[in-house]
Amino acid sequence: MEPVKAMKKQAAETKTVTITGAEAIIHCLLAEGVDLLYGYPGGAIMPVYDELYKFKDRLHHVLTRHEQGAVHAAQGYARVSGRVGVAMATSGPGATNLVTGLADAQIDSTPVVCITGQVPRHLLGSDAFQETDIVGISTPVTKWNYQVTRAEEIPEIMAKAFYIARSGRPGPVLVDITKNAQFDTLEFEYKPCRGVRSYTPNPKPDMAAIEAAAELINTAKKPYIIYGQGVILGEAEAELNALVEKSGIPAAWTILGLSAMDSDHPLNVGMVGMHGNYGPNVLTNECDVLIAIGMRFDDRVTGNLETYAKQAKVIHFEIDPAEVDKNVKTHLAVLGNAKETLSLLLPKIKKNSHEAWLAEFHKKDQEEFNAVIDKDLNPTKPGLTMGEVVAEINRATGHKAVIVSDVGQHQMIACRYAKFRQSKSNITSGGLGTMGFALPAAIGAKMGAPEREVVAIVGDGGYQMNIQELGTIFQTKTPVKIVVLNNDFLGMVRQWQELFFDRRYASTIMTNPDFVKIAEGYHIKARRVDAREDLSAAVTEMIACPDAYFLEVKVEKEDNVFPMIPSGASVSDIRLK
Amino acid sequence: MEKQWFTISVYSENHVGLLHRISGIFLKRHINIESLNVSKSEIDDVSKFTIVVYTTERWTTHIVAQIEKQVEVIKAYYHTDDETIYQESALFKIASHLLFDERQIQNIIKDSHSQIVTVSRDFFVLAKTGRRHEIDQMYQELEPFGIMQFVRSGRITVTKAEMPISALLEKFQHA
Repeated sequence: MEPVKAMKKQAAETKTVTITGAEAIIHCLLAEGVDLLYGYPGGAIMPVYDELYKFKDRLHHVLTRHEQGAVHAAQGYARVSGRVGVAMATSGPGATNLVTGLADAQIDSTPVVCITGQVPRHLLGSDAFQETDIVGISTPVTKWNYQVTRAEEIPEIMAKAFYIARSGRPGPVLVDITKNAQFDTLEFEYKPCRGVRSYTPNPKPDMAAIEAAAELINTAKKPYIIYGQGVILGEAEAELNALVEKSGIPAAWTILGLSAMDSDHPLNVGMVGMHGNYGPNVLTNECDVLIAIGMRFDDRVTGNLETYAKQAKVIHFEIDPAEVDKNVKTHLAVLGNAKETLSLLLPKIKKNSHEAWLAEFHKKDQEEFNAVIDKDLNPTKPGLTMGEVVAEINRATGHKAVIVSDVGQHQMIACRYAKFRQSKSNITSGGLGTMGFALPAAIGAKMGAPEREVVAIVGDGGYQMNIQELGTIFQTKTPVKIVVLNNDFLGMVRQWQELFFDRRYASTIMTNPDFVKIAEGYHIKARRVDAREDLSAAVTEMIACPDAYFLEVKVEKEDNVFPMIPSGASVSDIRLK
Repeated sequence: MEKQWFTISVYSENHVGLLHRISGIFLKRHINIESLNVSKSEIDDVSKFTIVVYTTERWTTHIVAQIEKQVEVIKAYYHTDDETIYQESALFKIASHLLFDERQIQNIIKDSHSQIVTVSRDFFVLAKTGRRHEIDQMYQELEPFGIMQFVRSGRITVTKAEMPISALLEKFQHA
């Protein structure tokens, strides 16, 4: 600790003010441009809540019904706005309830700062009431974390937290603050963090690598782009579009890359991965140059690595050096922020087109349409399909809505059939596959983009994992639209049981409550649809409603999502049925 | 790919949670840390982890990349045994009467170039610095006489090639 005298002298020179640690936290948030945060109060964070009360005109706190709801809301806010989402909780169970959201934000690279209260410093390690080692617990699921035990640490640590959360490959940061540090006073002065000497957020692009990439791309016969969330996080959508159009290269999205390009762009050929499109998966094993941009070759994308793109030269545009050669051995790595590297690459790319190669995608599209898509979108059987509901939402929102999906069959259907014109419109839990994500994330998404329509598409299982957040929607009057695709099953697990476990439906049958009544209990307008002829009117009514709206659609109970790459199989072995 | 011994050298800020962060990287991949030493380095305010693993080079490169990704890590390197100068230290606590009763003990002390750190009425302590196999050999030779206590340190290593940390830090200063 600095000697008190020196601190006072410094304080006098820089005209600082003496405030409590709790108030300092508020000033730090304001200095970082935060005007909205999500949280839940409790003993060890009460001094900060007391300050929030005083600052409520400048800093809006949303009381969620569970800390998990708070962190997912912060994630939804961050994903849709590109800004850092903030969640706050008390010590002990408040802090541990954040862990799922932290893990989700870590694997999906979402900038989130979580602030937790902690027991006073003198009680640390004594198993005090609501004491838990949240720094220890959250270490593997945070980009960075820190325990503040002295008030004077607060400005520097908060500045560092925001800087680390948003810079480079973004991620969650947790700052745990002991109660004494909230009560104690400090000489407050805020300096935004401009860098940390041991941390290189944006590797400097290597021009030789860019030249080599251009050469490979320009001479390729069957080049193929797969783009991921790195494009969205790096705000490189325009550069990606320019690259695709100039080079004429077909481009496919990963689940988190979705919405970086217009869904109907003629060169946007579909989704890769386990339930992605047929052509984009199969042709991965026929391209000669695979250009991966801001994606990490997740196992759900690659299937069996031993048979993944072995014929291709792989170019990996990536901000995180640890991702290079992690799963797929690259021929050439281009490190750096996607916006920067693609901008440098563009002038070196020759105008080209690959009509014959693109036609192969179209051919495969037709096969998929005949085998799967037509039945999903234009069903002739009585039961409603998830696909037709998503298509109806597309129509009613003019492809302009933010779609927040949960995890499971409906998620795959949403990511296959939802159409987007604008980036940052597809919010879903990709890497962690967190059921219960969508409802709270939709609250955050709506608050992060209030001018946009936000539709949460949720299964009956995931909906009930954070259903309590209906209370948050009710209290804050947040006009989100909630669509539950109810098949009275944990559909994706049931699908696996059908295909790989001889239809032994172990614990996947759901006996569900009256969801309409539950929504109405929260004074949310609600409707149930179980017949095709009512679907369009119900969706139209929902979108026209200026307030929150709950729509339950009873869908076919035992539909499966296809295409499908069975776990551990090759992308070439994707099944259409 | 064949497993072999690698020494991972990590230059980092001296941050209280970093050891937990680094050990988690090994835990997650089921890779055992064979030895671990944390000390100051040749640069002021920079710590150095020396971690020994027995695994494939592929896993080692992954681990090093993951370690380097941590915010407080300045740089991490890995080297094979041939590329480093390395030592371990060990202490042997032995009953004092053996020193006089067993002639062979004196020969072991002499031949192993170990040092007697302390002698008391009940026990004496031998210190040995060297390669793992030398310490193992000494252990085997002393074992029949009875070892009251034994401890061996983690490996400490310097590399034959340069690890240019100062230049990296300087670059940051001027960035």
